[in-house]
Amino acid sequence: MSIIVQGLSKVYNLQRAVDAITFTINKGEIVGFLGPNGAGKSTTMKILTGYLPATSGNAIINGYDVNKQLDRVRSAIGYLPEHNPLYIEMYVREYLEFVGRVHKIKNLAKRIDEMIQLTGLTVECKKKIGQLSKGYRQRVGLAQAMLHDPSILILDEPTTGLDPNQLVEIRQVIKNIGREKTVMLSTHIMQEVEAICDRIIIINKGKIVADDTTQVIKNDAIKQRVFIVEVNTSQAEAILQSIPHVSIKKVAESKWMIISQDQRDLRPIIFNLIVKNNLTLLSMSEQEGKLEDIFKTLTQ
Amino acid sequence: MIPLFKKEVNIFFSSLIGYIAIGVFLLSTWLLCWFLPGENNIFEYGFATLDSFFYWAPIIFFFLVPAITMRSFSEEYRTGTIEILFTKPLSDWHIIISKYLAAWFLLLVALIPTLVYFYTIYHLAAPEGNIDIGATWGSYIGLWFMGGVFVAIGLFASSISNNQIVSFILGFFLCVFFYLAFESLANLKIFYAKLDAIIMQLGIAYHYQSISRGVIDSRDIVYFISIMAIFLLLTHLVLNKRKW
Repeated sequence: MSIIVQGLSKVYNLQRAVDAITFTINKGEIVGFLGPNGAGKSTTMKILTGYLPATSGNAIINGYDVNKQLDRVRSAIGYLPEHNPLYIEMYVREYLEFVGRVHKIKNLAKRIDEMIQLTGLTVECKKKIGQLSKGYRQRVGLAQAMLHDPSILILDEPTTGLDPNQLVEIRQVIKNIGREKTVMLSTHIMQEVEAICDRIIIINKGKIVADDTTQVIKNDAIKQRVFIVEVNTSQAEAILQSIPHVSIKKVAESKWMIISQDQRDLRPIIFNLIVKNNLTLLSMSEQEGKLEDIFKTLTQ
Repeated sequence: MIPLFKKEVNIFFSSLIGYIAIGVFLLSTWLLCWFLPGENNIFEYGFATLDSFFYWAPIIFFFLVPAITMRSFSEEYRTGTIEILFTKPLSDWHIIISKYLAAWFLLLVALIPTLVYFYTIYHLAAPEGNIDIGATWGSYIGLWFMGGVFVAIGLFASSISNNQIVSFILGFFLCVFFYLAFESLANLKIFYAKLDAIIMQLGIAYHYQSISRGVIDSRDIVYFISIMAIFLLLTHLVLNKRKW
């Protein structure tokens, strides 16, 4: 067990930013921490990294209590804070050396070379941080977080403000790291979660509203199943209407959306029905639950 | 602690603050003591002392020290890098002491070139070397300790706000207050008997002048160290506010 959170709460001026949340993250998982702005994602991460103390409840990181063994916790975690703060007047290498010395890393020069290579900073590593583009700054932030080879990485919105190419690259970097380490990352980009996370925790108004693998959340959270059917005539609506307990919506000239409120697979029924009425089925597909929709339903 | 101290010193010099602070200090003391005519001009004064330098230095420190320290915490709050520091295996005291020593070190770097003034007067004196060496060294030590107190005050001011201007103004005010206010207060007629002496001793000026005579009195040193400690404790308290 890497991260165990039990009944963690944080109260700011009578407002419950985080309200008794409980979850565990196992070794080697990449977990997406989702939620609308102000849901308590950053606050939770700040508590886990020891920046803020919890009002009540506790968190155990690699067996160390966040309330009592802060130094051990801080050494076990690599943290990329929100907005990726950096000392812009420092050189890339100088900054990494500073972080490495604070962590008392042995063989620092070699380790820095490794990190620079891993994060793809080789070309830019002689510049000042202030001269780097946003994507490269993000890499410096990641390199800083991973430098002391922590077993847990906590990344607060690691991909905000990146262009699509950088997005793909940074995601690949995170995915590569995630093979050996536990990663907890917050985001509000759904595609990102689908692309990198094994598991999703959705938080809203300080409470956890969903916690499961990406696949299960995608399938379960939406109670309805939606099938799209294309037939060779525009007169098929009446026929389709004969399926019990569904609602039908016309989406194109000869295309319908069949929405079922239960978990039955309607495809054989639809197929047989159409064949029986001497029509031709041109296409049929099931619409997969979109994470955006799930996110909307859970956090409104 | 050493890497943090090094980082602070490096930032002073890579962001030009270090050079500007030292340059302005040296230029203004040189102008006031050697160039601008008037009673402070050492040539016109005619005596082989550095008194006018030691008179002006605290006044320049009022501006200089808050300017050096104003970014220490304010800038880290503003850019969010404070979160990086606080989530590394460093205690709050490590952070405060490193920043404190770095700023105090910068002040030392600014003071060292002024030994040229001392050297010059030593040779200008008639006969050569006829200068109160004890008083000069005492003054240097007093100035250095006073700078240390100002740095502690400036650091505290910086820990309060994420705006450097606010930190500067607050630091400047507190420095002036601790240097001058108690002396002026003691001069009021309402304080008499032993009370005025006690109030005077609360201010920095009294102890600075006392050390400047060339006698290093443990009471003065204890005073300077206590004021530093109080402001560093206050800084620690402010940093801990996030945990409330």
